Amino acid sequence: MGLKCKDLVGLHHVTAQEIELILDTAAPMKEIIKRNIKKVPTLRGRTVLTVFYEASTRTRTSFELAAKYLSADTVGIAAATSSVSKGESLKDTALNIAAMGADVIVLRHPMAGAAELLARTLNVSVINAGDGAHEHPTQALLDLFTVREKKGRLAGLKVAIVGDILHSRVARSDIWGYTKMGAEVCVAGPATLIPPGIEKMGVRVCASLEEALEGADVINILRIQLERQQQGLFPSLREYSRIFGINSDRLKMAAPDALVMHPGPMNRGVEISPEVAYGLQSVINEQVTNGVAVRMALLYLLIGGSA
Amino acid sequence: MSLLIKGGSVVDPVAGVVSEKDILVVDGKIAGSGFNLKKADARVLDAAGKLVTPGLIDMHVHLREPGFEAKETIYTGTRAAARGGFTAVACMPNTRPVADNAAIITSIVNRAAADGAVRVYPVGAITGGSLGMEMAEMGDMKESGAVAFSDDGVPVINPCLLRRAMQYARMLDRVIISHCEDKNLADGGFMHEGYVSTILGLQGIPAAAEEVMVARDILLAEETGCRLHIAHVSTAGSVRLLREAKSRGVKVTAEATPHHFTLTDQSVIGYDTSTKVNPPLRTAEDVAEIRKGLADGTIDVIATDHAPHTAEEKDVEYERAPFGMVGLETAVGLVWTELVAGGVLTPVQAITKMTLNPAKVLGLPKGTLEAGADADITIIDPAAVWTVDPAQFAGKGRNTPFAGRVLQGLPYATIVCGQLVMREGKFFSA
Repeated sequence: MGLKCKDLVGLHHVTAQEIELILDTAAPMKEIIKRNIKKVPTLRGRTVLTVFYEASTRTRTSFELAAKYLSADTVGIAAATSSVSKGESLKDTALNIAAMGADVIVLRHPMAGAAELLARTLNVSVINAGDGAHEHPTQALLDLFTVREKKGRLAGLKVAIVGDILHSRVARSDIWGYTKMGAEVCVAGPATLIPPGIEKMGVRVCASLEEALEGADVINILRIQLERQQQGLFPSLREYSRIFGINSDRLKMAAPDALVMHPGPMNRGVEISPEVAYGLQSVINEQVTNGVAVRMALLYLLIGGSA
Repeated sequence: MSLLIKGGSVVDPVAGVVSEKDILVVDGKIAGSGFNLKKADARVLDAAGKLVTPGLIDMHVHLREPGFEAKETIYTGTRAAARGGFTAVACMPNTRPVADNAAIITSIVNRAAADGAVRVYPVGAITGGSLGMEMAEMGDMKESGAVAFSDDGVPVINPCLLRRAMQYARMLDRVIISHCEDKNLADGGFMHEGYVSTILGLQGIPAAAEEVMVARDILLAEETGCRLHIAHVSTAGSVRLLREAKSRGVKVTAEATPHHFTLTDQSVIGYDTSTKVNPPLRTAEDVAEIRKGLADGTIDVIATDHAPHTAEEKDVEYERAPFGMVGLETAVGLVWTELVAGGVLTPVQAITKMTLNPAKVLGLPKGTLEAGADADITIIDPAAVWTVDPAQFAGKGRNTPFAGRVLQGLPYATIVCGQLVMREGKFFSA
């Protein structure tokens, strides 16, 4: 055991040692996923609740499988079919859920700070599965795990994060995670989608996509939402794709063995071309497998030792 | 009925001096001041070691009545004012219904006369329902007691309408109080746009959202000759625009709140919804410029923008919480701790910005302890050190980011029209 906090709300306040511990713990967890019988009794009798106020395929399934592989019981609550639709507040919903005896609450919520509100309110562990544009720490942990597994290290790597940084909780968690682990991070995207003061997070803001890709060891491509164009943040998806889309020509500007990553869901043909998404340098599917391993590690570290 | 306040340091904003003397109050008026005053039948109030000032005036509060009585009422809000050392408040018209006609202004005046612990001066809306579509009946409201006009809470977006409202308000000799916020630039944001909004993932409100409206309103005031008062100045850029306008002789005044001269956007880290306020808490550079503006006279008035909300409304996700924090019961402590002890203002300057200056902006014969004036008096213990405890508040709202903060400077007594309303946190009725 070595996590200071009962919760994981974000990577901003997690130390490099704690990140290292989670990644080290995830490696043997990945072995379990590869077995024919994917079940160990570690969390038998513990309960993990997934509370999702936003649509999700990957993250929710990943958490539920992670819990099940460790023999925890899981219950999923979707906001659309719960008392939330009757106007119950987040705090009251959470107090009720906790009163039923959950050990961990995994929360996905469209508003920044929702996980912190829950963590402050409840005695049980809260894992942030994405809160607004704030953080998505388990996505960053699986990104770090994937890169470390492929490259053998994180320190000294050159990481490019490309796209809608402004609205991306993945970008924020990635930036905290990569920089804490000693990687060099640069960001590129339309000027309207680069949030103010981001350089104070320890990243370099590139004037162009080409500058960011130059010699990059890792390219993290973010999803661009059509909604942002409708909000007037850039002129058209066509132009976005032409200036910031990653295709095989642009990929050549990066290091020859650069990893291509995407948190999903992808808009193929917009921020990423199909040949890059399914190309040899893409680790997008492995990210998904590693997501389960990292979440198993996290559940184990948060509630595994104190049954 | 006579009251003799003995041995205090009397602050005179008109003469700009502090002097130790006694003040005699007879029948609700200041009867005189001097050394060793005596009056056989007078009740004596010992003010040794304390400051005796004209009654403090908060020209920007939300009393919430009618319509939002769960947040605050005229009864509770005026007691919060009295406990905070204020003898008078101007209440903003964003009630339900909006105070945009003479009947509602009259009902507020009547309710304040019946329930109020301190004087209440209603502010009328500039436009019907504060919707920014057409002028409200400002003339009628003036007759009924409206001291100023404002659509506070929202800006008058249409500059043509605001220009005409200024021409009209000038005719009525009433000030327009402007809530400067370009709604398109604010774009539904929740806090100041900058590094902190970036790491918290909360949509930001850029400083420019305020500044472009300050600039616009100054130009319209200059052209129409209307008196303009800029509410709750929050950015360095606004202070510079005001300084420049004043140097050209534009009839513009401005106020700053204790939270905007004390806190920065760093307070939002942790998503405490009591820090959610409009305009938002800005940066250390903005706080420094506001303090400079207070010191050099660019900012004339200290007002609280007291905005109570219920615990249920604030105990939600940051984005869902309403904007606003309470301020009446912490104002004197923050002014003394941050500005006077902090070396920004002298005691006389600080008191002037809470008495004579707001009286001048609103055109009220207040802010003085000269013989013949209404006996609205505040007594402050400038040395008292205390801890903010929202559970002790007389107002209904507990939404303050200052809970637990240790402050120096505490209102000791509040006297309205010669009547002792509050002493040492306890209330007395006439």
